[in-house]
Formats: sequence, C-alpha cells, structure tokens
Amino acid sequence: MTTAPTPKIDPAKTHLLKEYKHDSPLLGCRFDPSGQFVFAGAQDNNVVRWHLDSGKKVVLTGHKSWIRALAFAAGPHAERGDQKLLFSGDYVGRILAWPVDGDQPRPIRILEGHRGWVRALAVSPDGALLASCGNDHLVKLWSIPGGELIRELAGHACHVYNVAFHPDGKRLISADLKGIVKVWDVAKGEAERELDAKILYKYDPSFRADHGGVRSMTFSADGSLLACAGITNVSNAFAGVGNPLIVLFDYKSGKVKQQLRPKTPFQGTAWGVVIHPEGFIAGVGGGNGGMLWFWKADNAQDFFNLRLPNNARDLDLHPDGRRLAMAFFDGAVRTYDMG
Amino acid sequence: MWCTYACGSSEHTISRRGFLAGAVGGALSSLTLDPFTRPAFTHELNKQQKRVLMIWLHGGVSQLETWDPKPGTKTGGPFQAIPTSVPGIHICELLPCTANIMHHLALVRGLNTAEDDHSKGAYIMHTGRRQEPAMKWPHLGSVCAKLLGSTDNPLPGYIHITPRGNGGVNSEDAAFLGPRFASVSLSDGHAPANLDRPAALTEVADQQRHEFRVHANQRFLRSRRTAQTEAYTNSYDQAAQLMRKRDLFDINKEPPCVVDRYGRHDFGRHCLMARRLLEGGATFVKVMHTNYDTHHENFDFHIEQLGEFDRPFATLIDDLHDRGLLSSTLVLVVSEFGRTPNINRNYGRDHWSRAWSIALAGCGIKGGSVSGKTNAEGTAVADRQVNGGHLFHTYLSALGFNSKKNFYIEQRPIPIADPKAAPIKEVLA
Repeated sequence: MTTAPTPKIDPAKTHLLKEYKHDSPLLGCRFDPSGQFVFAGAQDNNVVRWHLDSGKKVVLTGHKSWIRALAFAAGPHAERGDQKLLFSGDYVGRILAWPVDGDQPRPIRILEGHRGWVRALAVSPDGALLASCGNDHLVKLWSIPGGELIRELAGHACHVYNVAFHPDGKRLISADLKGIVKVWDVAKGEAERELDAKILYKYDPSFRADHGGVRSMTFSADGSLLACAGITNVSNAFAGVGNPLIVLFDYKSGKVKQQLRPKTPFQGTAWGVVIHPEGFIAGVGGGNGGMLWFWKADNAQDFFNLRLPNNARDLDLHPDGRRLAMAFFDGAVRTYDMG
Repeated sequence: MWCTYACGSSEHTISRRGFLAGAVGGALSSLTLDPFTRPAFTHELNKQQKRVLMIWLHGGVSQLETWDPKPGTKTGGPFQAIPTSVPGIHICELLPCTANIMHHLALVRGLNTAEDDHSKGAYIMHTGRRQEPAMKWPHLGSVCAKLLGSTDNPLPGYIHITPRGNGGVNSEDAAFLGPRFASVSLSDGHAPANLDRPAALTEVADQQRHEFRVHANQRFLRSRRTAQTEAYTNSYDQAAQLMRKRDLFDINKEPPCVVDRYGRHDFGRHCLMARRLLEGGATFVKVMHTNYDTHHENFDFHIEQLGEFDRPFATLIDDLHDRGLLSSTLVLVVSEFGRTPNINRNYGRDHWSRAWSIALAGCGIKGGSVSGKTNAEGTAVADRQVNGGHLFHTYLSALGFNSKKNFYIEQRPIPIADPKAAPIKEVLA
C-alpha cells in the first residue's frame, strides 16, 4: 500500500479543516509542540484542550480570570522524560503550569506572576526559561525546572503586551502598548536596543486614552525577521476605527523591512501573526468581522486573503507547517489547512 | 422700575457670569426673569452653607468595572471584586483607593434610566427628568446655584471644570431659572477670562478709575436710583471680589506634594481645583472626567481611565473629610448611563441604562449604605429599582430641602423634582 503524497503548502488554497467549540469567547490559542492538541484560553476563566484528531475536549479549571497567554515547555531534559508543560497566564496576574497530557490535567505550579494582567508568555528555545510580561510594566524571567523568579526586567513605561525569545536564545524581545520594542540580553538582564513600532500606537485626544500596542509578536525560524501585529490609523479609539498592520523588522539592523497591510480595506486589529518557515507571513484580524491574510516579506499588500466566520483573536502554526489554528470570539477554535 | 433697595432680593444683583463674559447689558436684561424666590425658600437655604460636587464620568462608565462587579459570570469581564472599608460591600479591583473610603460612600445599584442615548441620558442625569418638547428643566447645578447660592458670593453658582472645549457660560443649563444660574465652564481648569488686571493697567491707574466710577455712580444714583443701576454697581463690586479670589483657580498655590497626591494629570489637577473652589465658597462644582464610551476594548480603557479616576477622587473625599467639609458637601459620581453586561466581539461594552449604578457621598448621605440590587449577571434590576427622578429627590433631600416643593413661574407652581418619584431613603443619613 502506498501513501498519497502530502499536497504542497499553498496559502491560496487555505480552507477550513475542523471546528472545535467552546461555550465562551476565546482569547488565545496554541498547538502543543507534539502537535496532538490545540489549547485555548477563554473568557470563562478556563483553558480548553482539544485533541486534534478525535476532537475530545477537556476543560482545565484553576484560573480566576481570562486567559490569553499560553506557552509550552518540552522540559529541559525531555530526553529523560521530563514532563511536557503548558504555562497559562491570566488577568489576575497568575501563571499556572499544567501537564500537557493526561485525562484531566490539574495545575502543578502557580506563579504569582504580575500585578495586573499577564499579557504574554514565551519559553526559551532550550526550555529552561519562561518569560512573562504584564500590566505592571515588567518583564520577568522564571526558571522552568524550579519555578523561581530569576530576573525582573524593568524599563517599559506602560503595559507590556508581548514577549518572544530570539531563536538563538540569547536575546529576549518585549513590546509594549506604545510600540516600544526592547531587545534584552538574557544573561545580563540588560536592555541593549530598541526597535520602533510606534505606528501601532496612538493617543486619542478626543477620548483621552492610549490605544494600540503590539498584540502579537513572532520571529522567523532563522531569527532574521521579527513581526509585530496591531492596529494603526486609529481615528476613533473607542469604536475601534483603524486598520490592521504588521510591522516586519529586519532584526539585525532593527529597521522596518515592510509594513504589511490588507489589500482590501478592513477595519480592526491584527490579533495574531506567524512567520512560516517557507518565508510567507500569515496574520488574522478582528473588528469588522474576521480575516486571514497572507503576505510575502517583500510586498506590503497581501497576496491572498480569506474571510473568516467570526472575529479572530489569535493565530498559531502547527508543527507540521500546514495547519493554522485560530481562536474566535464565538467560542470556536478553527483549524485551517494551507493546501 | 424703581427700586425698593432695602428688600435685598437677589433680583437686584447682576450676573457675575454675565459680567465676566463682557455681557453686562445681557445680564441687565435678565433681571426680571427671577420671580421664583419665595421667603420660605430663602430662609431654608440660608440655614447652612452647603455645597455640591458632581463628578461626571463622560461617555458612560461601566457599572461592572466600578460599583457593581460580577466576577466569574459570563458578563463580569476579567476583573475581580475587592473588599472595601465596609464589610460586605465589594467593588471592582480597578478602584483600590476608593475601596478604602467606602465608609463615606453610598451606592445606588438599582438604577434604570431607560435611555441609551448620550445626550438624552445626560439630560436625565442632570435634571432628573426626561426631555419634553414643551418644557426645559434646569440642571441640578443651576437648581443648587439657585437654592444654595448666596447673592454676595462672587463665584459663579455652577462651575463646570472640563478637560477640553471652550470656557464660558452655558445658558441653557438653567432653563427657566434664568441665565444667572447657568453653568460657567472652565476649560481645562483655566480660570474665567479677564480675572487678571490687564498688564498695561497699573494698580494705581486701576484704583483711580475705580474711584472715578464710584464717584460718578454716586452722583447719578442720588437722582436716578433703579434696580438696574443698583445691579450695575453690584456687578462691579462682585467682579472685583472675584478678581480678589482668582487664586482659587490656581492650583500652583498648593504645595507640590499636594499636587502630587492628586496627580498631575488633568483629572488630578481638576479635582484639586474643585477642592480649592469648594473650600473657597463655591456652591456647585462639576468635574468632568473623559472618556468612558468604550464600545471597543472596554477593559483596557477602563484600566486607564479608572486608573486616573481612583486616586484623585479618593484623595478629594479624604481632604474634604479632613477639612470638615464633607458633611456639608454632597458628592455625586454619575454618568449618562452604564455599559452593557454583554461583552461584544471587540472586547467592548455598549450603552446600557436598564440596570446600572452611581455613587454618592457627603452631605446627608449615609456612608457605607447600598440601595438596590441587580441580578446575577447584571442584566436587570432585581430589587429597589429607581430612576433619574428618584436621584434628583435624593440629592435635594440630602441637602436638607423638601424635594416635593415647587418653583413658581408667574404664580404657577413647577415641581422642583419629578412628582412621580421620591427620595431613596436607604442612602439618606
């Protein structure tokens, strides 16, 4: 018996694969590194796990507020059978660690992470460090084996919205509400330089409020590109009148390589971005409905887009490189196949 | 009209606002528009100097992120409820400083104003009535300027500190009470225009001009004394008094540590100015904090806006209390409406007037009390439903007035507050 060849990845053929439904709006989603499950954080204070093939749903209870931040650690010594962990951060500032597998995971560790919301989490490439950021203007580094706080990185002057490790593991990037992107030396705990994503921020003088921020952030696999997603051209902060934008940086120079925008006008925020190993960039947005866009790094306008059934709030790429997961306001995680 | 100038009635004083606006003529023309004062009222008003502070959270603050949190429910949002200085009363975690002064506050959690339009909701919350085609009702500020203000107070009776817009007089606020009781807006907390002596005019020259004017006036009055001439003279005297009080509008007269306690952002500065004005004899001060119209990203915006509101507000209440002013100052924290329990697809909450809350403090208010209750998800009033009319009665009762009384327009009685409503006794001391 021969196995049919896997179709080539082609974003222009992206189509809905499967829908996994929860009864509360979702905020964030991630595939686990093994690719068996997709996890989502919900507005009912639960983390939800679905088995991708069977669709079996397990609700992980333990948080006391909404959850958007999700990250996985294979364990620093996975070869010796270290437990695979999910870290989830909530809006009361706590970070919970869960076993990824098991019929009904329970939290095995609780970190008092931040004063105010935990906005994002990231695990270092070697699986030894967890980075968190939040509304207390801080970035924190935690030991994954022991759960100890190793370092507090202070320097942001407003809510810190995102963190990401560079693939070399030596640098950590953090980005805030006002579009300030800091590059930290992990070993020294010092900020080395800043990148400018202020185009994703506006102080709205009519409403007297700050709006925007880096809502999603990711590196390319080789670490040469950094993508920051959010909203720009805001004309009415309180009605969300603005346009999605992904700022693509050349990481080494720190210069903006491209501003990726929807070809067709769309009102809303880019809530999720991934950079595919083949070099294209995928982003999702929500506001006036939901949209999925694909760009190439050398072109500001998308080469393909797809109307989504609802407002998309997060995006992740499966380890197989073919599937995308999106978290939606209507309580669904939907997976899409790019081919 | 010849003057019986021993009567001392307020008809014989000109609008200080009209003077400041350079509209002495207009003010003179309003002198006959004030037939409502009755001796019984005048006596009632003068019993005690009372003041009102209205904090206006513009755009419609969320009751779920302030006074009536529902954590852990579908509608509750991400924030927690925190305990307060009053056992059993919890408010949203975004108000930690306010939680510490809850023993001074009363909450009305059963408010249903049934009006989701900004301007119509604002009208209800300022007048205690719904808009009517044939009748314009005066703002609470104008009513208080009328009932509580004294004729020899050089400060405008209804001062509105706004973070933006143009300063000046808002004549419509006073409706049938007349423009003398209209609000005067201080844009970004700037003092009324022309309080300072022009730089080109020396103090000596100013004094000489004043003496010449007095001399000419006296000669004129010996043969032609009228209400108008009396008012004209008074207007100058009041303006001169107001000029002498101009420091009340200048928060730089406060020690820097006090400014820091309130915060150096707009709302902090404006709260401090409100304290200075109330302490200096102002009758009604409204401070606007903007904006809460959070159809999009309700939670991020409430973190920011209430983060600005919380500390200055609690500091202001503490200061009023420490200075012995809180017991004679009625404090209201109000909006045009609340926000929907439903959280929309853009993390927003929309306009919602069916079940929301306000806070009160100070004069005549029972600190630590709560009236009304909403259901588990905050979608309806479950107990003790009240509307804007009830609030208006409550304000007047808290200030010591019989809210069932009338104004009189040409002998026709006009109920000060909506006769279909009554005070909320649970929150009255």
